[in-house]
Amino acid sequence: MSSQAHFTDFKSDKQPTWCPGCGDFGTMNGMMKALANTGNSPDDTFICAGIGCSGKIGTYMHSYALHGVHGRALPVGTGVKLANPDLEVMVAGGDGDGYSIGAGHFIHAVRRNVDMTYVVMDNRIYGLTKGQFSPTSREDFETSTSPEGTKQSPVHPLALAMAAGGSFIAQSFSSDAQRHTEIIEQAIEHDGFSLVNTYSPCVTFNDVDTYDFFRDSLVDLDEEDHDPTDYDQARQRIMDFDNIYQGVLYQDDDSVGYEKRLGIEGPMNEIPDGAPEDAMDLVREFY
Amino acid sequence: MPEDLNWAVGGEAGDGIDSTGKIFAQALSRAGRHVFTSKDFASRIRGGYTAYKIRTSVDELNSVVDRLDILVALTQRTIDENLDELHEDSVVIYDGERSWDAEVPDEQIPLDVPLKSLAEDAGGAIMQNVVALGAACEVAGFPIEHLDSALEKRFGEKGQKLVDNNQEAARKGRDYVQENYDHDFGYSLETTDNDYVLLNGDEAIGMGALVGGCRFYAGYPITPATNVMEYLTGRIDEYGGTVVQAEDELSAINMALGAARSGARAMTATSGPGIDLMTETFGLIATTETPLVIADVMRSGPSTGMPTKQEQGDLNMTLYGGHGEIPRFVLAPTTIAECFHKTIEAFNLAEKYQTPVYVVSDLAMAVTEQTFSPEEFDMDEVEIDRGKVVDEDNIDQYLDEQDRFQPHYDAGDGISPRAFPGTVEGAHMTTGLEHDELGRRTEDTDERVRQVDKRNRKVETAQNEEDWSPREFGNEDAENLVLTWGSNEGAIREAMQKLDIDVRFISVPYMFPRPDLTEAVESAETTVVVECNATGQFADVVERDTLTRVERINKYNGIRFNADELVDRITETFAAESEAKV
Ligand SMILES: Cc1ncc(C[n+]2csc(CCOP(=O)(O)OP(=O)(O)O)c2C)c(N)n1
Ligand code: SF4
Repeated sequence: MSSQAHFTDFKSDKQPTWCPGCGDFGTMNGMMKALANTGNSPDDTFICAGIGCSGKIGTYMHSYALHGVHGRALPVGTGVKLANPDLEVMVAGGDGDGYSIGAGHFIHAVRRNVDMTYVVMDNRIYGLTKGQFSPTSREDFETSTSPEGTKQSPVHPLALAMAAGGSFIAQSFSSDAQRHTEIIEQAIEHDGFSLVNTYSPCVTFNDVDTYDFFRDSLVDLDEEDHDPTDYDQARQRIMDFDNIYQGVLYQDDDSVGYEKRLGIEGPMNEIPDGAPEDAMDLVREFY
Repeated sequence: MPEDLNWAVGGEAGDGIDSTGKIFAQALSRAGRHVFTSKDFASRIRGGYTAYKIRTSVDELNSVVDRLDILVALTQRTIDENLDELHEDSVVIYDGERSWDAEVPDEQIPLDVPLKSLAEDAGGAIMQNVVALGAACEVAGFPIEHLDSALEKRFGEKGQKLVDNNQEAARKGRDYVQENYDHDFGYSLETTDNDYVLLNGDEAIGMGALVGGCRFYAGYPITPATNVMEYLTGRIDEYGGTVVQAEDELSAINMALGAARSGARAMTATSGPGIDLMTETFGLIATTETPLVIADVMRSGPSTGMPTKQEQGDLNMTLYGGHGEIPRFVLAPTTIAECFHKTIEAFNLAEKYQTPVYVVSDLAMAVTEQTFSPEEFDMDEVEIDRGKVVDEDNIDQYLDEQDRFQPHYDAGDGISPRAFPGTVEGAHMTTGLEHDELGRRTEDTDERVRQVDKRNRKVETAQNEEDWSPREFGNEDAENLVLTWGSNEGAIREAMQKLDIDVRFISVPYMFPRPDLTEAVESAETTVVVECNATGQFADVVERDTLTRVERINKYNGIRFNADELVDRITETFAAESEAKV
């Protein structure tokens, strides 16, 4: 397959089992379009996913893919990319997967800056386990495990990423198809780790953070004269917890992917049939 | 067995004990003598007693003894800790000018050498340990030129001046003993022209990985496995690979999994607590049929246990760890050289059968340096088998009627084709969920049974196609059978030479699949299983496999077996058994 792949080539023949109206449909369509628009094909794309409704995304797309255990998709993506930097690597999951069980890996993936795109379908709830609060849920959010509110302040993913030294920090909304696709395209083209926190409403368990809520509250950075390469401006917007933004909040133009800094030159999948020719030198070191 | 000399240097952690010991070990090895080392160390960086012990002989050595002939004591505690091992001719080298009041028991030969001031004369107090090495050469009747060569290796890169100073310091130690003691210590260490290399178990695993084509290593530091990562760091890059120090073991094993799916030979190494964390992903590796090598360098558990002490307590964990049922291979090298060979074998098994493979080693092996002739690492014998990898030319036969690649295609032997990402038409998905041949999630009852059977069939196939034989020693017809696994082999072999009874000894390097021991156990009068744990995990396995009761010799105080104690315990066990049967 060549670079003329159409976005439908990234679709698998498996029908999604997501609830009708789930925000994840839009998130996935944007990912497929962005992959095709940036010249990728299913045969050189690798998608790693976590666990959750969101994590099923790899199942519904067509490419090389791994659907792993809860919260660990980022390390898998790291290994995939380092061992074959020629691949386009995308990692996807939910807010619970990425910012709760996988929070430790998130921070380290951000600072390690491997060239991959991380799309988090943020619905501010646990969907697959049927409606418990998630790390991005508001403090007064009532769920089966928080009947009187969560009594904890939410995680701010963009701020976490900025504090960890993120080189590409963006936010999108799955139902704004065009902007969402554009933002993911920019993330793919960025050299380094790209976070795209995508608001992807859960229509079944979250009646607070709805499509209407995001539509009404999102401020588009295109209309705000925002310069994502201006660190201070980016920081101000990211730390402004009273507003939520859509667009690329921060991008470090000088970013260089970790795999390049390690000097990895190509895929590691070719090895000799026997010991390397200089193998006895390895032994001789022990004289 | 001809004369062996036992030497040790001990002091506080941070006193450079390790490098002092290593220099002497290298000097002996470069002089064509066999060396077998062991370490006493505590889990702290500064302070606390630590010692490096060397046993040396012109004959091959495979274990330690409880005897010290020459002890370099930098602290009183070094003497106190080793009293049991000192004998009436033991020489204790110490510095009487130092602040501690050395009390060398009357039975031993005290050798007061002003280590520190002699070192200062040679250019710096820091070289006091090297002064002691020079003194030790004189006592041992060991030509100081071999020490020169080891000092050259150690300091050469840092400049000739440093080498000269150290060689001078060594001479000051030697001369001081020559001039001030006319005692004949009675040692004269023979040297030979043999070429030896000196390495430990972790280094052997690392070297095996490199030679075996490993290109990706991710790990998280933990005693006593860290050395594998340190060995590979820097070296693996020369072959186009990389080492990643991950944020934890969960990440390490998932990175290795990702790299393996990219088509690299990948591995991670850790010790018990890290295996606990990795277990979550272990099942995923098996279910997605990803080749991966995991080295478990065991230490004393449970929990953080005794991080710097020996134990073989993780056998059950590696055999049964993980929820659900997980096909796997478990290899347990029985010598340091086998750490090298089994690691290469592990990569071949992992890729041929697309399963996780444990290489189980232990602290005693990891921190022990031993001499080998380089031919032990025969590079011409190394074969790399990557299993069923498909490419553009043969992928067609694995596509279904809709031209979809089937990563879990069931070819009858349980082994599927593998398509590295980038292979045209090979795009596919793998998941930890139960899946069909296409890798798609399923809860279909028939498909579930089919896939479980397919994965388990790989073990059957491997059982038939690979050689899982144990290592055999002693008299095959003896009525007393000794069984062991892992690092105890050397001590048992030495004990056999000293035993008054005839034994058959089987050392098992494959824990799963493992050799069928039924015939051996049935034909023996009495079987005893020797292992470094409290409950006899391997003994349990043997009983279950052979449906026969076995005797057990266990040790779990944190110290490896030595030959002398095994002579006693093996003799007692067989004697008690034959009495009971009368
Ligand atoms: C180790 C582990 N713990 C718990 C679970 C159960 N679990 C499945 S999905 C999920 C939460 C998913 O939430 P989120 O990532 O927000 O995804 P969503 O379903 O909302 O898309 C949990 C806790 C699991 N599969 N594995
Ligand atoms: S439960 Fe929520 S997140 Fe899950 S599929 Fe349904 S709408 Fe989407």
